Amino acid sequence: MAGALASRRKATNLAVAVLASTAAVIALAVLASILWTLLARGLPALRFGILTTSMAPTGENGGLANAIVGSLIQDGIGMLIAIPIGVLAGTYLAEYARGSKLGEVTRFVSDILLSAPSILVGLFVYTLMVATTRSYSGIAGAVALAVIAIPIIIRTTEDMLSLVPVALREAAAALGAPKWKVVTLIAWRAAGAGMLTGILLALARVAGETAPLLFTSLGNLNWSTSLAKPMASLPVAIYQMASSPYEDLVQIAWAGALIITVGVLAINILAQLTVGRRR
Amino acid sequence: MTDITAIDLLPAASGRPRRSLGAERLFGGSVTAMGMIVLGLLSAIIVMLAIGAWPTFRSFGLAFFWNPVWDSVADKYGAGVMVYGTLLSSAIALLIAVPLAVGVAYFLTELAPQAFRRPVGIVIQLLAAIPSIIYGMWGFFVLAPLLAAHFILDVADLFAHVPVLNKVFDYGSGNSVFTAGLVLAAMILPLITAMFVEILAATPVVLKESVYGLGATRFEVVRHVAVPYGRRAMIGAVMLGLGRALGETMAVTFVIGNATRLSPNLFAQGATIASTIANEFSEAGFGSMKLAALLGLGLTLFIISFIVLAASRALVAPRVVS
Amino acid sequence: MAEAPEMASLAGAIPHNESLATATPYIRIRNLDFYYGDNKALKGINLDFPERRVTALIGPSGCGKSTLLRVINRMYSLYPGQRATGEVMMAGENLIDDKVDPTDLRGRIGMVFQKPTPFPMSIYENISFGIKLHERLSKSAMDERVEWSLRKAALWDEAKDRLNQSALGMSGGQQQRLCIARTIAVKPQVLLFDEPTSALDPISTAKVEELIAELRHDFTIVIVTHSMQQAARCSDQTAFLFLGDVIEVGATAQVFTNPREQRTKDYVTGRFG
Repeated sequence: MAGALASRRKATNLAVAVLASTAAVIALAVLASILWTLLARGLPALRFGILTTSMAPTGENGGLANAIVGSLIQDGIGMLIAIPIGVLAGTYLAEYARGSKLGEVTRFVSDILLSAPSILVGLFVYTLMVATTRSYSGIAGAVALAVIAIPIIIRTTEDMLSLVPVALREAAAALGAPKWKVVTLIAWRAAGAGMLTGILLALARVAGETAPLLFTSLGNLNWSTSLAKPMASLPVAIYQMASSPYEDLVQIAWAGALIITVGVLAINILAQLTVGRRR
Repeated sequence: MTDITAIDLLPAASGRPRRSLGAERLFGGSVTAMGMIVLGLLSAIIVMLAIGAWPTFRSFGLAFFWNPVWDSVADKYGAGVMVYGTLLSSAIALLIAVPLAVGVAYFLTELAPQAFRRPVGIVIQLLAAIPSIIYGMWGFFVLAPLLAAHFILDVADLFAHVPVLNKVFDYGSGNSVFTAGLVLAAMILPLITAMFVEILAATPVVLKESVYGLGATRFEVVRHVAVPYGRRAMIGAVMLGLGRALGETMAVTFVIGNATRLSPNLFAQGATIASTIANEFSEAGFGSMKLAALLGLGLTLFIISFIVLAASRALVAPRVVS
Repeated sequence: MAEAPEMASLAGAIPHNESLATATPYIRIRNLDFYYGDNKALKGINLDFPERRVTALIGPSGCGKSTLLRVINRMYSLYPGQRATGEVMMAGENLIDDKVDPTDLRGRIGMVFQKPTPFPMSIYENISFGIKLHERLSKSAMDERVEWSLRKAALWDEAKDRLNQSALGMSGGQQQRLCIARTIAVKPQVLLFDEPTSALDPISTAKVEELIAELRHDFTIVIVTHSMQQAARCSDQTAFLFLGDVIEVGATAQVFTNPREQRTKDYVTGRFG
């Protein structure tokens, strides 16, 4: 009867609520554990020396300086390569290829690249630049990072440009602006904050990537800023140290993990703020 | 103030050369060229992988894709163990992460106060941004020892006398396919949860209200309105998570144990395509068969990822840009 | 839908109809056909726009008045699949001929749109943007031109202390006057208004209408409007369009008080539209 059905339905609703809450608790516990581990192991290991000393074998009080610098160089150059290509290709998709078959295909390909496992990007750049020259290099690492960043920038650039109202474009055209000026002086300006956010998100992603660097810049235990030689990077250094059997190196690895996480999250938060401000 | 009649009016168009045509062509050409670079990039990736992997397929044929023998000493290679490990660990990850994600999404959209949603949403986005190596390290230093100390022994004991299942849940180590699956689950959880929350929240309020008006409970509205409405998008989100899990390297390499033998035991050490590539790369000399085999693994992963991506795109309407 | 205006009061509100006789046509349209894909939206339009006068285009939704307006400054060139055939003669050339450069043309024919669209820049930059497309001016000449445009658009007093602030901070009515200022800043000969006040409040509407009446001294103006009162207040000549044809054109006073065609009479008295 109605009474029994209603109470059964209410019971189901309650049971589901309990299950969902349990799921939330479990998820929270897992993520809390991860963050807790990071802090508990990383913070004590953080000494100022880590930022100033290069990597060294166990027992020699080494640090991560060369790895941090190497990451900054590779991330920076990678972005320098990726930004013009990504922004222009995204502009192509949003402004010059609407509705065309070629545009559809390009968009599809860009999405494939976006979801491609980063280790494959590393293999690709390896076959392209490392195997051919028989040498690992920092520039190969930068190129690999660029290949990962480009589809991200294309996607956000295209999405942001699509949001610029047609009326704004028509108003600029009506004043006598040729298409390229409508795009660069008006559309880019109107979509600017969003495009910058996309670039920052790409940077955050790239800064945390390890796999593509394993086969391109390889890592370097010594101090080196030469793009033509193997170059250290923070993620690779962390990986090498964490997998080593020496406790002091593992400690440094945790410190490095904390540094890189804070860095990546900081860039992400900056990206969120950029979106919010120019509204 | 000056008046229009006193200012030189612009001369007729026929008297002026067409300016800015050069600039227009240059810009249009540049953006198109960059678009074509994208196409070229994908083609190059496929081509380079195929060329590099060619010696493998010439020696072992298509059997490479499923042959479970990976013998570095005899230089005989097959992807079977790695494909098995990749698919199995990803399946475990989905089996755990998807129900959890559904629960958390339900919790956030239906049970938690409205004010919660935005800050939690930001937290989830930040969690999704954590580099995967962190998950790997957590798995190795925290989860694996935990499982080895408490969970594995208990489960193996539980099934010790059950036929068939005692082969699946056998004594093993903390570093195993199962652990890798758990770490992957933790890693893709924020991603899938964020997407589920967005999908559920996108259900038109009108639809929900009309069913509430009939006296339905929260659960019934979600089950009969929100989920059917967003079903396609949710499946697409799951496939996106799957794609991420299949190709993940660092989260897995720490905890999978990198064995090169096939075993039905979930708690045995295993290998995924990505972890094998990462681990064995240093031993693969330029031009060696091993290198070609690793590239063959890469090609295999690419094919698997492509299939998953194409399927997810077919389900979730591709971004409609008109 | 407009209510039936009082014929007599309208006649009293239009003081300009005698000036039509002294005007020469600045733009002549002959046999203009316009297509959206395969759909013929304008059929054999013949129409003159007299110099330094205001012509209003009126008619029910979908009659083609905005389409006609957008032909004059070649806005349709931005969209593949839209094309025009026929003649739109201005200063001896056919504007819709391919040989005529649209970006150049739009420096001579300006357009103000229905929704105010300030660029995401300062007030000063909004105005200098258009000028820089066509001329190279020194800083002082540019300052002068910006001030001139803002004065002409009756915006100078409100804007002079905020020239370097974002235009997005202005009210809707101010933004629309800014759009007018930036359009006249490039010194066009013709101004096209596409329902310029339909997004504005009554006070801003009145200000803009006043402005249009002022501007006729220097520019040839064509205004598309849904409001017959607006057409009656602002224009010297009115053309009534219906389903892509010009049904009737003549002095505004005559079209509203004594239309020749039955359909014009029906529309103007509010029978439909």
